Amino acid sequence: MIDSRNDFASKARAFLTNNVVTIVFVIFVVAGYFSSPGISVSGLLDEVLSRFFRNGLLVLALIIPVMAGLGLNFGIVVGALAAVLAIIPVRYFGIGGMGGLMLCFLIALPIALLFGWLTGKLYNKTRGQEMIAGIIVGFFAEGLFLIFVLFVIGGIIPVAAGHPMIIPRTLDGEAVPGVGIRAAFDMGAHPTHPVAMRNPDHVPGLSNSMDFLWQMDFTLALFIMAIGVVAFLVIRRIMAGKNKAIKKSSKLVFGLKCGFWGFVALLALHGFLMPNGMIFWFPAIGSGFQLPVSPFAGMRMIPVVTGLVILAFCLFTMYFTKTKLGQDCRSVGQNQQIANASGINVDRTRIIATMISTVLGAWGMIIFLQNMGTVSTYTAHRQIGMFSVAALLVGGATAAKAGVKNAVLGLLLFHAMFVVSPGVGRLIFGNELVAEATRNFMTYGVIGLSLGLHVWKTRKAAERELRLD
Amino acid sequence: MEETAKSGFDIKEFIKGLPPAPFIIGGFWVIVLIVAAIIDMPWIWLISDSLQRAAIWGMLTLAMVPSIQSGTGPNFALPIGLCGGMFAMVAAIQFGFAGVYLLLVAAGIALVMGIIMGYLYGVLMNAVKGSEMAIATYTGFAVTTVFFIVWLTVPFDNPFLGWFLGEGLRNTIALDAVAASQVLDDFLKIELGRLTIPTGTILVFLAFCTLIWLFFRSKTGIAISAVGANPMFARAAGLNVDRSRIIANVISTSLASVGVVVYAQSFGFVQLYDFPLWMAFPAVAAVLVGGATAQRAKVIHVIIGVVLFQGLLTTVPPVFSQLLAGADMTDAARMVIQNAIILYALTKITGGGK
Repeated sequence: MIDSRNDFASKARAFLTNNVVTIVFVIFVVAGYFSSPGISVSGLLDEVLSRFFRNGLLVLALIIPVMAGLGLNFGIVVGALAAVLAIIPVRYFGIGGMGGLMLCFLIALPIALLFGWLTGKLYNKTRGQEMIAGIIVGFFAEGLFLIFVLFVIGGIIPVAAGHPMIIPRTLDGEAVPGVGIRAAFDMGAHPTHPVAMRNPDHVPGLSNSMDFLWQMDFTLALFIMAIGVVAFLVIRRIMAGKNKAIKKSSKLVFGLKCGFWGFVALLALHGFLMPNGMIFWFPAIGSGFQLPVSPFAGMRMIPVVTGLVILAFCLFTMYFTKTKLGQDCRSVGQNQQIANASGINVDRTRIIATMISTVLGAWGMIIFLQNMGTVSTYTAHRQIGMFSVAALLVGGATAAKAGVKNAVLGLLLFHAMFVVSPGVGRLIFGNELVAEATRNFMTYGVIGLSLGLHVWKTRKAAERELRLD
Repeated sequence: MEETAKSGFDIKEFIKGLPPAPFIIGGFWVIVLIVAAIIDMPWIWLISDSLQRAAIWGMLTLAMVPSIQSGTGPNFALPIGLCGGMFAMVAAIQFGFAGVYLLLVAAGIALVMGIIMGYLYGVLMNAVKGSEMAIATYTGFAVTTVFFIVWLTVPFDNPFLGWFLGEGLRNTIALDAVAASQVLDDFLKIELGRLTIPTGTILVFLAFCTLIWLFFRSKTGIAISAVGANPMFARAAGLNVDRSRIIANVISTSLASVGVVVYAQSFGFVQLYDFPLWMAFPAVAAVLVGGATAQRAKVIHVIIGVVLFQGLLTTVPPVFSQLLAGADMTDAARMVIQNAIILYALTKITGGGK
């Protein structure tokens, strides 16, 4: 009896210490939700989801380097820079729509591969200090990037006079080719945008070129997803009956999972079919009930293609761990010497992991910018590394272990924090001005705290092992 | 013994042993100055400005020496100390001090703040041995944002500090109003035509340099250096590794706290809010330029490094923008030079990896 209770207590303590960051964020979000009078479930979900689709790929890009023992790849900023470098020519020549977007992805690929290769080389030279090297390489690359966009474009590469993207210059009242790209340029309106619809000569832009391809009601998407999950659970259980290799969960867990997702499906169906509620009256028995207004009433549409792309890269990351390369990454991440002794090219594996991360970062940045609609040329990339790392850590990842689950949970929680932080500012300080500072503090703090906790725990574990020896 | 056995002075060995960074950066600076002279820019004014910048960055750069020597690595959490010093300045103004007394009281409060915060920071750094630099960077950022909230909510009501309307402290607080602007700069100030030497500020910097130099010759100082050079060996020799590292970080943070008081008087303003965020990186780069590594640093590295690095940063932007027909490359050039230096030093760290 005593043993099992101790066991429970120690398990609970381990759960708390291992998930302290996530728990703090859950508390923060719940407190923020209840202290923000103007916020509703659907409003919060709307905001969080739009940020989820905008940032999803950027966070997924961080998982593979963690697996390879590189820690959190703050150097993903160079991927973001590669994306801006790819978008610049596409926007300069005004290539829009889906074709323009694909061209962005295509141009970004070799640039990101090159940048990733260089960053990987650097990480191999700064072994053990990859994270600070990643932070600094982001700043260094920003400097080179600024020289490129402020001086090389126009200064060395010739540009057209009076192009809207270029800082204008006039000589004797006549427009001459300028030097440097403006502080911000827009991605161009999507063909379905009202501005474009009114103007028949409008050149299609890149704004929302992926998001607007196919949109769906949130409730319908949620219904499909919930039904999909239930189907997956049932099929896996049937498979588990035949194939002993698949682990079979207990009946209770299976029932609870199916019940939960079934309930979600019903809730979604209610939101889709009767968002405004309905009164059911049965005259035969003289009574009835009222179906309330759906909590999802009036929500925005979901960008299905963006969602599918994120889903695809989730599956890619999960599948990657099962490939030979993924296994190599794992071994390198666990112990470089043993990996080397067992014939794995450690340096090469680490470089490849960095390259994959940089490419995903670049593509993620393109998705991010097509959603935003404008590019702040000099600063768009700046907070990408920090926010992505913070989101992954909030989801319970550490510098040594990260998965798709952490990315998804972290994205939702971290961005919910962004939405509710004015409420928390008011609750604690009675001052909404503090919101911006609270957000930044949560971002910086979560990175410092979870990196610190991880190192501390690893050291404690190592000391314990030493004592046992 | 070996030294004396060698016959005479081996010039080749001597040159090989010299750190390359000061010569590369110094040479670059000289070239830029020559270019400035050729294109007829007021290069004496550029040197004067460089000296001014070096003097105010001196103590912030000096803060790197204790933390590097103790093995904690460059103090990327410099913003912690800066926030303490900024708070001290604001508090001294609030209490109604002015002129040189304001600076003295502020320095006193800054020292206390630096010791308290440096102690806590040292404890943190002991808990995260092996990944100090990345964690220090984000701890510095986090503390800066905590002080955002302090600036917004602290109940100081001195009219010099607040906005005319609304809550919170101002972004920049002019020190002219409390007669504390350039007090040290003007002490024994030397003016030779266009060349101005802020003697007082330089003397304060050199005094602190001497103090730190002496400290690293004391028993505690030598223990800190030993701990940084080889923690295992130091522990075996009976030195308290954790205690030494905490002392080093207390000194480092206090230097930053007092250093920002010196910085503010020379600059003429106390800057709040965003100001500390990016201050650690130029200080780290400066000490590395002087010939330090991420694992070893001396006071002389600070003196050489801060003059060369701040000199280069002051000289390059005006000369380049003259050459490049007005393109403003200040930020870009600064970021490339500064971070290239830090990256180079990171590649030279030994003993990393698993």
